[in-house]
Amino acid sequence: MTAARSQSRTRRLESFWVNALIALTLTVMLFPFAWMILTAFRTQTQNTSSVPVWFFVPTLENFVAVIVGQNFLRYTLNSLIVAAAATGLGLLLGLPAAYSIARYKLRGLAVWVLVSRIIPYVTFLLPWFLIFTQLKLTGTYWALILTHLIITLPMIVWVMIAFFEDIPIELEEAGLIDGLTRFAAFYRIAVPLVAPGVATATILSFIYSWNQFLFSLILAGPDTKTVPVAVFNFISYGSVDFGGIAAAAVLITLPVVVLSLFVQRHILRGLTGGGVKG
Amino acid sequence: MTPALNPKAQTRGAVTLSSFVDRHLRWLMPAPAIIVLALLTLAPLLFNLFLSTQDRSVSSALPIRDVGLGNYVEILRDERFWNAMWQMLKFTLIAVPVQLGLGLGIALLLNRQLGAMQGVIRALVLLPMIATPVAVALIWSLMFNPQLGVLNYFLETLGLGRSLWTADAALAIPALALVDIWQWTPLVTIILLAGLQSMPEEPFEAARIDGASPWQLFTRITLPLLQPALFAALTLRLIDALKTYDIIEVITQGGPGIASETLNVLAFRTGFEFLRIGYASSLLTVLLIVVTVVALGVNLLRRRA
Repeated sequence: MTAARSQSRTRRLESFWVNALIALTLTVMLFPFAWMILTAFRTQTQNTSSVPVWFFVPTLENFVAVIVGQNFLRYTLNSLIVAAAATGLGLLLGLPAAYSIARYKLRGLAVWVLVSRIIPYVTFLLPWFLIFTQLKLTGTYWALILTHLIITLPMIVWVMIAFFEDIPIELEEAGLIDGLTRFAAFYRIAVPLVAPGVATATILSFIYSWNQFLFSLILAGPDTKTVPVAVFNFISYGSVDFGGIAAAAVLITLPVVVLSLFVQRHILRGLTGGGVKG
Repeated sequence: MTPALNPKAQTRGAVTLSSFVDRHLRWLMPAPAIIVLALLTLAPLLFNLFLSTQDRSVSSALPIRDVGLGNYVEILRDERFWNAMWQMLKFTLIAVPVQLGLGLGIALLLNRQLGAMQGVIRALVLLPMIATPVAVALIWSLMFNPQLGVLNYFLETLGLGRSLWTADAALAIPALALVDIWQWTPLVTIILLAGLQSMPEEPFEAARIDGASPWQLFTRITLPLLQPALFAALTLRLIDALKTYDIIEVITQGGPGIASETLNVLAFRTGFEFLRIGYASSLLTVLLIVVTVVALGVNLLRRRA
């Protein structure tokens, strides 16, 4: 009796400590986000007080300043255009490739697609900068869309290989017997079956294009700047506008966080190049 | 696996194209992606190698000289290059081991707490690595601010002295590594958690019956079974830590002075600020060699283990 009771007590104590440590970890992990949001809703006076102001009446002035004063919507539109086009092209090229790799077990090709993950992006940037300058393409959306394909295309292929491998081949075989060509079996049977996978790949690819900083930093022009670059330029003028910076950070991150909620299970697959299933 | 081709399609001449497509579908379907990827990555890679043998400025007004391996010889004597190598290694050697250790600890904790909360926690854990790196860097630079940053407020509250954080040459790399640790420990956690949750129960039960202690269970069964996941996490983190760019560029721009100028940052500056394309290309070749050697080295280690 007593032994059993003391064992259940140790177990409860252990579970208390496990939960306490998890809570501590989450606090440390989430604090920068909480601080970002608090800072974004405080006035400059509150933000520069020597003791942090924890309770205050939230103000929207930082958001108004960023959106109106910094032309934020224009840059958001640029980011949207680039991310949407790079994702669309990535799907167009990546879906058939992923299908073929999955169905014909082209392992070597899958590895080759992964190699691009090892190469530092600056290595691509220098040659692309010279080539785009020659072609007078720097500052255009095309320069950004093409370089963002370096990120979106492998990401889409990695994610989709796993989804295509998960669907049974019998359905496509039945289609072939009914007189479909193999290519038709791909787009009329296989693709609709992996629709959830396509949605996942689309969202992941969009997020990574949206987050991309380096390519746009060099290849974007004043009118095609994407949001991360625009925000980076806006802080580099030596301002210590805490609220403005935090508001900009909130505005860049918000769409990504919302989108990530739909694909959490698959983010791992995208981040690790299909190596690990979440 | 290979269903018979539709006989009707073969007999009709009008569909020869479609039957050709069907017979070679295995290569035709990935071909456009392969060609585009090769043009986007392989071609610039080779071009970059070619550029590294030139003394070439961004400006087309200046003449282009072939210098053969001259840039690489210059690299060996360039103190700024050796500084950049050292900063890159320091950053990686601080960030990656801490990420693996913390990630393992948190994964073991989460694995114990199999409740309804796990879904919520998994969603939250994703936030640091999914958030836009520029935004992450901006927030940390506000928190690092020596006068008004909240981190110094915490230090003072705890009775510790203020710190200059990234404004201190000696602390710039450790502080940047702290950001990287915050950002990427979650990835290690999730990879290892996936590994823990896919482990078979039997070896643990057998060992428990044999009277193994929890520590023995951990070192003799959990860790060996977790090895593939550990190596996956290690490889990914090493590759990315060596190449880190965004957070360094936004938070310190390689400063103060060149205290946090890693090889990637130096190569970028050499190309786009000092406008020495040829030299920048050779720096990038060295960076690529380092990353490849490290990736292959870890792979070799995994096969041995």
